[in-house]
Amino acid sequence: MFESSNAPRSSGSPSGGSGARLRLFGGGAAAAERRGELALGAVAVGVLAVIGAMAVTVLVKGWPSFAHNGLAWFGSGGDVTSQLGAMINGPKTPGHYVYHFRAWPLIWGTLLTTGMAVLLGMIVSIFAAVFIVEFAPSRVRAVIDPVIRLLAGVPSVVYGLIGILAIAPWVEHNLISRERKRSVEYVVQLTGANVSVATLILTLMIVPIMVAIVVSALETVPRSWIEGSAALGVNRWRTTWRVSLRTVRPAIVAAAVLATARALGEAIMLAMVSGGVPFAPNPLDGTTFFFEPVRTLASTIIAYIDSVEVVPVGQTLYAIGAVLLFSCGLLSLASWAAKQPMKRYGIRA
Amino acid sequence: MPPPVRRIAPTGRPTVVMPPSNGNRHDSPTVIDPDSADALTTPIPALLSPSTETDGHRRLGRPPSTETLERMRIESVWLAYGERWVVRDVSLPVRRGEVLALIGASGSGKTTLLRSLNRLTEVTAGAARAGRITLDGREIGEIEVNSLRRRVSMVFQQPNPFPMSVRENVAYALREEHAPRRARKRRSRADLEPAVIDALRRAGLYEEVAGDLDHPALRLSGGQQQRLCIARALAVEPEVLLLDEPCSALDPISTATIEQLIVGLRESVAIVIVTHNLQQAMRVADHVAFMHLGELVEYGPSTQLFDRPREQRTRDYVSGAFG
Amino acid sequence: MSRAPLTASASPPLAPPAGAILAGRRRDRVGSWPLLDRLAFGLCWAVGVGLCVVTLAMVGFMLVKGVSYLSLSLLVTHPNAAPDQARSGGILDPIEGTLLLTAIGIAIAAPLGVAVAVWLSEHKRPAWLARAVESSIEMIAGAPSVLLAFFGLILFARPALAFLSQTSAGGSVFGKSFLTAGAIMSLIALPLVVASTREALTQIPSHAREASYALGKTKVTTIRRVLLPSVRSNIASGMTLGMGRIIGDTAIVVILLGATLRLEGAGATPLLSTLRGTGVTLTSYVLSNSPAGEGNAHEKAYAAAFVLLVLVLVLNVLALRFGSAGTNGGGRWWRRLAWTR
Repeated sequence: MFESSNAPRSSGSPSGGSGARLRLFGGGAAAAERRGELALGAVAVGVLAVIGAMAVTVLVKGWPSFAHNGLAWFGSGGDVTSQLGAMINGPKTPGHYVYHFRAWPLIWGTLLTTGMAVLLGMIVSIFAAVFIVEFAPSRVRAVIDPVIRLLAGVPSVVYGLIGILAIAPWVEHNLISRERKRSVEYVVQLTGANVSVATLILTLMIVPIMVAIVVSALETVPRSWIEGSAALGVNRWRTTWRVSLRTVRPAIVAAAVLATARALGEAIMLAMVSGGVPFAPNPLDGTTFFFEPVRTLASTIIAYIDSVEVVPVGQTLYAIGAVLLFSCGLLSLASWAAKQPMKRYGIRA
Repeated sequence: MPPPVRRIAPTGRPTVVMPPSNGNRHDSPTVIDPDSADALTTPIPALLSPSTETDGHRRLGRPPSTETLERMRIESVWLAYGERWVVRDVSLPVRRGEVLALIGASGSGKTTLLRSLNRLTEVTAGAARAGRITLDGREIGEIEVNSLRRRVSMVFQQPNPFPMSVRENVAYALREEHAPRRARKRRSRADLEPAVIDALRRAGLYEEVAGDLDHPALRLSGGQQQRLCIARALAVEPEVLLLDEPCSALDPISTATIEQLIVGLRESVAIVIVTHNLQQAMRVADHVAFMHLGELVEYGPSTQLFDRPREQRTRDYVSGAFG
Repeated sequence: MSRAPLTASASPPLAPPAGAILAGRRRDRVGSWPLLDRLAFGLCWAVGVGLCVVTLAMVGFMLVKGVSYLSLSLLVTHPNAAPDQARSGGILDPIEGTLLLTAIGIAIAAPLGVAVAVWLSEHKRPAWLARAVESSIEMIAGAPSVLLAFFGLILFARPALAFLSQTSAGGSVFGKSFLTAGAIMSLIALPLVVASTREALTQIPSHAREASYALGKTKVTTIRRVLLPSVRSNIASGMTLGMGRIIGDTAIVVILLGATLRLEGAGATPLLSTLRGTGVTLTSYVLSNSPAGEGNAHEKAYAAAFVLLVLVLVLNVLALRFGSAGTNGGGRWWRRLAWTR
């Protein structure tokens, strides 16, 4: 009788739903419906307005910091801690604020930790997802499914706590030799709270998101393709690599974007584990590079949030927030652009 | 007046033979080319398959060449899924140079038997096999399963081209390490090109896609996709080609093209085809095996099985008493 | 036809000779694969097992530390500001703070989320607005909580919203209280509620709605009486996931709850003063007691983190239960339609 389709045909409202006459204030069912619809719509619009306001406000509030530093805001020069200290201790009268700020160590720190975590996380997640879908016997599957869900639910403070109280001391004790420390002690203190530990824990935090997305995508690959590939004498791994993974490339992209957004915004765990010193780790330092401390944009906000009433500090923090916001927006755009060419070959996004 | 007959020749294009219009059986019949302008004015029934009457003369095409080579042998094979025996004590030979058709009603076990030939039945849990299936004398359970499947290729009922270009689809199995020697040396696109074109030619698809081999495979029509799957299966130069109701999802014109293809391929590849369509079996097969409820009821040359079936059940099935 | 053609032959063979059976499932043996493929297979196993091992190690570690440092008295004692572990009290206030904040957050997010989901699924006109709302929900879902907290800081420092928190002596609005933190917390739970509800609503086939309209019910009644009751478990599942996220969030608490050691009320009215006052939750407690915070009270940090983990685990299990109840009941939802109301 009725054709069932999944898209609700909301034009099937009994009042005709044309909305041509705005019956708001009369009595009766039609007017009540219109009121209900408008109320719900207003709520939805309200949420929308809140979001828009957030973006605009952060930008506006952070503008003075950009204005006073120009493009050099993104450059390097000097030490972030002392720059922020100068703002806190500097004059408090408007017009005499100290705005000098060079964010490069923070930007580099963010790029390093986020980039490496997402890269490592993607590799780990793809292999984990393939394991879950293709190779895991059902008993192992029953263990690994809740494990992934558990990993996703653990709060970032707990990750940070374990990192700072268990992993960092172990690393410092066993992996950083005294000579290494002495060799750089005039520049920076090497502790267990460094870029490697932070990146590894960050990877662990973003793996569950990516695994979940890739697994659900792999399970929608049509069985006829997999059977066809098997019938051509291609083994299970090659079939997965050449057919399934290729088909779920849009999902992998989406997972990477989501994970990057999560990693970018991770402030708490990094504040606890990354060493707190806004030092830009230098890959040319060789293996010492792995043990250098780092600070990211988001963890800087957390670290200095208590001083946010000091106007220049507050505005600098808002500027950092604006950079974060802008990056997240760019990410969404990039993921949309990356999915376009794949649609041609029938890979459903 | 005998109804018009559609003749399938292994070379050349399908033609339609109309009985002489004056009713005189001794005059020569008229031959119509379906693609010509005449065909547009000829009433439709003339272009479709003939009626169910079995008449040995209707099965046209070159008789099977006398040199056939036995490729596979199915000896007293039993197949089970779980508790039930789906195929019981079936013995059949599979020969290059001829087309073997497995016919029977639904549930007769013919598809299961077909899938056991390249060990696809093993993918299902609880499947079991008794009896021997040999490929060139070797039991297939002892051959490594992926090399077996390169020698015994399969085309499925629903066309299942991969979400890649035409070229990538055909070259798919060629890029694996154990591909036929000719294609193995360097797996660059240029080196694989001759193999790809050859497979497309054998599958009768080359003329239609020659202009753009990078065309997405999923945008081809149903008949073209199925021919692409056949090309893909042929690219590895298999010894046996298994076809599981390849035309059941296709329109009559694509069906005709593929049937023509099958008859043409039998010289180089042993072909086993499962089909629900008796007329297709009549047109295409050299030997026919009729299965019912898992048993092999009758096996013989198609002319004999359709004209003078020995068993009562065969007679009933072929005349349409059940299906 | 003299005899029925559908039977098997007169004496069909029953079973193959004993001993001739090759059991089925001999899959693709990995040993015969090329080296690279075998390496990939091994890597898959290594990653899978490795993840399990790491997780179990983490949970085990927290379990051991938590059990050794947590005691019943800690759960019911207020924290004190004392440098000495033995006198620094328990974690009652953080627990209260977590529960209170979660309650506020979900109390705002749930109705809001369901309303937005219903609007997106049933009305969604004009189309551009629907798309904008969808995108913004996705943006909130992806936004770091630091940014959301930041925005809250600006928003709630306005004098117009001073009623939500305290005003200090100098006349500037403090802007940090349970109410303000709860409002921003609702934003992070919102996308989860919206997503679960909306997905469930779109899976209800349209003939259910049409049947209700055919009986003369209005759209509002249909939504209220027919659609929403059938997606109850999905709403519950979304809410539980949202609560899990709220409980685990630290940045918003640190920024918007004023990091005091105890729940400090503002004003005299009993409930309202707590809501307008500052406080502490398990997450900010753990942060401040870790080496990254002021205190260095590892034991209390472990104890609080353990309680936190247990809470989150329980919520996850609950969410699973609700989720599967939805999909099982989803097949039978039509039985729950209230036709005759």
